[in-house]
Amino acid sequence: MINLFNYIDRPSRIHRLTGACKLICLITWSLAAMTSFYTPLLLAMTVLSFILFHAAKLRVKDISFMLGLMAAYIVLNNVLIFLFSPDHGTSIYGTETVLIKLFGPYAITAEQLFYHLNVILKTGCTIPIVLLFVCTTNPSEFAASLNRVGVSYKISYAVALALRYIPDIQREYRDISLAQQARGTEMSKKASLVKRLKAASAILIPLILSSMERIETISNAMELRGFGKGAKRTWYSGRKFSKLDLVSIAACTALMLLSFLITFLNGSRYFNPFI
Amino acid sequence: MKKFSVKTIVAIGIGAALFFVLGRFVAIPSPVPNVNICVQYGLLAFMSVVYGPIAGALIGFIGHALIDFSFGWGIWWSWVIASAVFGLLVGLAAKVLKMNEAEMGKKGLIKFNIGQLVSHVICWGAVAPVLDILMYNEPIEKLFAQGLASGISNAVTTAIVGSLLCVAYAATKTKAGSLTKE
Repeated sequence: MINLFNYIDRPSRIHRLTGACKLICLITWSLAAMTSFYTPLLLAMTVLSFILFHAAKLRVKDISFMLGLMAAYIVLNNVLIFLFSPDHGTSIYGTETVLIKLFGPYAITAEQLFYHLNVILKTGCTIPIVLLFVCTTNPSEFAASLNRVGVSYKISYAVALALRYIPDIQREYRDISLAQQARGTEMSKKASLVKRLKAASAILIPLILSSMERIETISNAMELRGFGKGAKRTWYSGRKFSKLDLVSIAACTALMLLSFLITFLNGSRYFNPFI
Repeated sequence: MKKFSVKTIVAIGIGAALFFVLGRFVAIPSPVPNVNICVQYGLLAFMSVVYGPIAGALIGFIGHALIDFSFGWGIWWSWVIASAVFGLLVGLAAKVLKMNEAEMGKKGLIKFNIGQLVSHVICWGAVAPVLDILMYNEPIEKLFAQGLASGISNAVTTAIVGSLLCVAYAATKTKAGSLTKE
C-alpha cells in the first residue's frame, strides 16, 4: 500500500541519473519502439532493455507481480488479435503461407505468427524500460523533472499534488469503505451488479465531497503563500545534469532517429522477410 | 497558461489523485471476465462539469497516466489521450449546454447525461481506436470492439455514478434566491 509506485532504492548508475534525464530517455525510447515494426531493431532494443534492467540491480523478485500482469496482458492481447483478425499478417506482408489449417476462416499462417512476434517484441522492449523508470525514479523527483523537461511549473505542481495526496485519499477511501461495510453495504461478488454500483456510490459520495473541501483548504493555503505569482520556481529535489545524463540522452535520441531513419529508408514500417 | 487559478491547479492535483485511487483500487468485477467497471469516469465527468474543460482534460491525462505507470505495463498513450479528450469534451458540453452544478434538477441531469454520452461515443468509438491504429497498427476490428465494449460500460457507470454525484453536490450548495424575506 505504501510503496505504490515501487520505487526501489539501490545504489546503481541508473539510480544516480537525474529524473529529467530518465524521463527524456523514456519518451524517446517509447517513440522509437512505437513507430517501428522493424524486427531486427525491436529485437536489439528488447535485448538492450533487459541488459539495462540488469544494470539497475533490480531482481526478478522485486517485480514479479508486475511481470505477471505483463504476461497476462501480452497473452490476452495476442489472443484477441488472432480472434478478430487471423489474416492481419497476410494483409501486411502480402504473402500467405498456411502452416496449419483450423476450422472456418481460422488458419495459422507464417505471416500471422511473424506479426504476433513483432507485437510481442514491441511490448517486450517498452515495458522493461517503463518498469525501470518506475523502479528507479523517486516520485518526489518526478514533478521537478517534468518542469525541467519544459512542462509549465503549475502543471508539474498539479502532478506533485496528485502524488502527494494519493496515499491520503487511499486511506480515506478505506476508512469510508469500512464504515459503510459496518453499516451493511455489500461490494463483493455476492451482490448483484446494480447493488454493487450503488454500494460504490455510497462510498464515493462522502469521499468526493470531502475531497472538494480539501481542494478548498489547500488552494487557500497555497494562495496565502503566494503560489503562482512568480514566473519560475525552484524544486527541493531538482538536480543538475551530469555527464552521464547527457550521454544517455544523446544515446536515446540517436536510437529514436535511427528508428525513424530505418522506417524512412525501408519505405514502410514493416520488416518483410517473406518477399 | 496564465489563466490557471490556484484552485484549478489544486483541483487537477486532487482530481487526478481521486481518479487514480478509484481506477486502481475500486475495481468492481463485471460479468465479463477481465473487464472491470471503471467508476473513475463518473468522477471525471463530474469534475469537468465543476472545474471546466481544461481541468477535466488534465485530470484525465495525469490520472490515467499514473494508473498505467503504477501497473507498469507501459503507458497506453492512445487511451490516456482518450481519457483527456473525454474530460475536455464533458467540460465543453457543460459550457455549451449551460449546466449549473449548483442546480441539478431533472433538466440538468438530462443535459449532463447527453453531454457525457456524446463524449463517450466520440472518445472510445473514434479517438481511442484511431490513435491505436496510428500508433500500434493492430487489427481494426479488435480495436473497435475493445473501444465499443469499454465505451458502453463507461457510459453506463458515468450515467449512474456521475448523476448521483451531481445531485449530491448540488444538495450541498446554497441555491440562488434561497433566502426569503420574512
